[in-house]
Amino acid sequence: MKLSGAEILLECLRQEHVSHIFGYPGGAVLPIYDAIFDCKDIQHVLVRHEQGAAHMADGFARSTGKVGVCLATSGPGATNLVTGIATAYMDSIPMVALTGQVRTTVIGKDAFQEADITGITMPITKHNFLVKRTEDLAEAIAQAFYLARTGRPGPVLVDIPLDVSKNKIEFNAEKDYPKQVSIPSYKPAGPNARVPELQLKKAAQLIAEAKRPVLYVGGGAVLSNAQNEVTELAEKTNILVTTTLLGKGAIDETHALSLGMLGMHGTAYANHAVNESDLLIAVGARFDDRVTGNPDTFATKAKIIHIDIDPAEIGKVIVPDVPIVGDVKTVLKELIKFVEAKPWTEWNDQIIEWKRTFPLLYPRDGKLYAEYAIEKVSEVFGEECIMTTDVGQHQMWAAQYFKSRRPYQWITSGGLGTMGFGLPAAVGAAFANPDKRVVCISGDGSFQMMTQELMTATIYERNIVVVVINNHALGMVRQWQEMFYSERFSQVDLAASPDFVKLVEAYGGVGFRATTPAEFDEAITNAKAVTNRPVVIDCVIPTTENVYPMIPSGQSIEQMMIRQDLEQLKADVHADGSEWSFSHEEEVLKQYVELVHAKQNGA
Amino acid sequence: MAQLQQQHTITVLVENRPGVLARTAGLFARRGFNIESLSVSVTDKPEISRMTIVVGGDHRVLEQITKQLNKLIEVIKVVDYTETAAVERELALIKVNAEANVRSEIMQIVEIFRGRIIDMSDKTFIIEVTGSPEKLDKITDLLTTYGIRESVRTGVIAMARGAKTAARAGRDGE
Repeated sequence: MKLSGAEILLECLRQEHVSHIFGYPGGAVLPIYDAIFDCKDIQHVLVRHEQGAAHMADGFARSTGKVGVCLATSGPGATNLVTGIATAYMDSIPMVALTGQVRTTVIGKDAFQEADITGITMPITKHNFLVKRTEDLAEAIAQAFYLARTGRPGPVLVDIPLDVSKNKIEFNAEKDYPKQVSIPSYKPAGPNARVPELQLKKAAQLIAEAKRPVLYVGGGAVLSNAQNEVTELAEKTNILVTTTLLGKGAIDETHALSLGMLGMHGTAYANHAVNESDLLIAVGARFDDRVTGNPDTFATKAKIIHIDIDPAEIGKVIVPDVPIVGDVKTVLKELIKFVEAKPWTEWNDQIIEWKRTFPLLYPRDGKLYAEYAIEKVSEVFGEECIMTTDVGQHQMWAAQYFKSRRPYQWITSGGLGTMGFGLPAAVGAAFANPDKRVVCISGDGSFQMMTQELMTATIYERNIVVVVINNHALGMVRQWQEMFYSERFSQVDLAASPDFVKLVEAYGGVGFRATTPAEFDEAITNAKAVTNRPVVIDCVIPTTENVYPMIPSGQSIEQMMIRQDLEQLKADVHADGSEWSFSHEEEVLKQYVELVHAKQNGA
Repeated sequence: MAQLQQQHTITVLVENRPGVLARTAGLFARRGFNIESLSVSVTDKPEISRMTIVVGGDHRVLEQITKQLNKLIEVIKVVDYTETAAVERELALIKVNAEANVRSEIMQIVEIFRGRIIDMSDKTFIIEVTGSPEKLDKITDLLTTYGIRESVRTGVIAMARGAKTAARAGRDGE
């Protein structure tokens, strides 16, 4: 049967089991939207800005592990995707971005709405294609999906000129869609790749010899869905686990062996552990500058095992003693066979002591703080919810206080640090997970960058909850100006912002404002009851709150800043005998250690 | 003064498609690697192009370059000739002032360097010379005395000695 390029495109998407396309129409994609008009089995989600479409596809992908798909027209439509594509690229998220292009006959002639999007996205895609003939479309789509999801995942862009989607050719999806893709110059390490035994033995040897080992686990372990393997390795060897911002969920953060996040705003105990360690086992992590600070002073006493699927990550920042290239899940499965069980050690006790010395605490003085709001969200929405964030102080507070239980639960823009990511990512995640509640922790700055996607949530009846941590300022920039620029607060005042409650109401959603913990409790309870519309909670906090701990950019742990009132806060907690997060953690830990000791004695 | 750094000659076999050169060159720019010279042409297989790139940097930089190049989907193979016995050649065209009184001197120099004079006017020669980059540097130096009006070099191309070929060299960079 003769099909147009546009119809072929949809056939290809069906072959790839695509359920949702996040997109926005325009001139160069008219044939594709004409085909979408008749399409019943793939839901097209009409966004309000193409950047929103890209972040939705990203949120869809991060919450499922599947490839997210977005679609935009040529020129401005395509360039509006750029930030979203770059966001996905920096965090290795599988995504296929489809763009319209002007007719092949006018490419290069500065035609209306022409932009060289393959040129523009070259450095921010894993690969991209400009399809010049309808005959080449199916293969390009098949390769795009294959490239996006295999190896180190990433976004792939397919640019489709108007005439390519319009032309009709003979096509039968069953017959003509490539069942298997083989690209001779692309050989990613797959789940079945053999892991070199020599490297595994070397790694196991280092683990056996180590007196002060730490597991440092990144986004690669989440992408590889390797929570079981990470946990098994940690439990078998009794090695405590710290994760990166993107690695949250690679181990259940309520697990006794979890140390939370490390790095610039990581927990003090995780950073002390890494700094004092004699063996750092890096798993799907890339020694980002927000983790290492100054790489020359990072974990200087440690030997390093580096496990990553991307050979180019090995030695990029730090030269490891034992590199292992491969899929994290596969490598860990094999490594577990080679390592011997290790007992609970004094080193572990030392780390726990750091945990007691430098707990994450915030004041319980009747004021509303971001930390409280985030803990409350976790309490009310439970372990099943998905949390997305924007970028800034609220993101770091969320990273510190939200305990991610599993991969695909915690969704944040780590590498690129894209403000405006959280809301559309939440909408994308909500489409992918209709059975789960999606909460976005945002800030008053970030929220205003993609507010219009509230409309998308309203139209499609997605009951996402956006908690806007509103400090009436660009808080993170303000924090840096306070600390490093002599309190010269340049262009960070957001006191003049719209009324967020009225704003969400204008978009057809529900708004609440909270200025005290009690008001927040009520708002979040009410938010939970909303079933078919987006909710925004304007959570007003003091402007002067800073994120601690903090290791200033490019520096090392000696420069770590701890909250000045920490000792007081610790005393307060113990004085009023109230529940605080660590007392529960302490209980979990005690039980776990008892269990380990019992096993050791029994054996 | 520019710091002396090691130079490496690498050969990159790529799919012969539009955009591949931009992709490869762009990678060098955005990762902060320096290209000293770059030469590209098709190979005996029309679907494959061969790039010869001379890059500056230490061993670690070269390792990163190799790995990053290998990540490009259209890169088939990266071969480093630094530690292999390889022939490296470059071609230069040099337009030099050649008034009658110095012509024979210049012709002698050209002879010694086994170059050729391929164009001649009443005031100038164009000299063609092939060889290692050092040889071309040397003749350029000598001709400077007479006044070089214009010169162009192709950039280095390289090939392993013996039966070994780039396509068959052991898989590089992991």
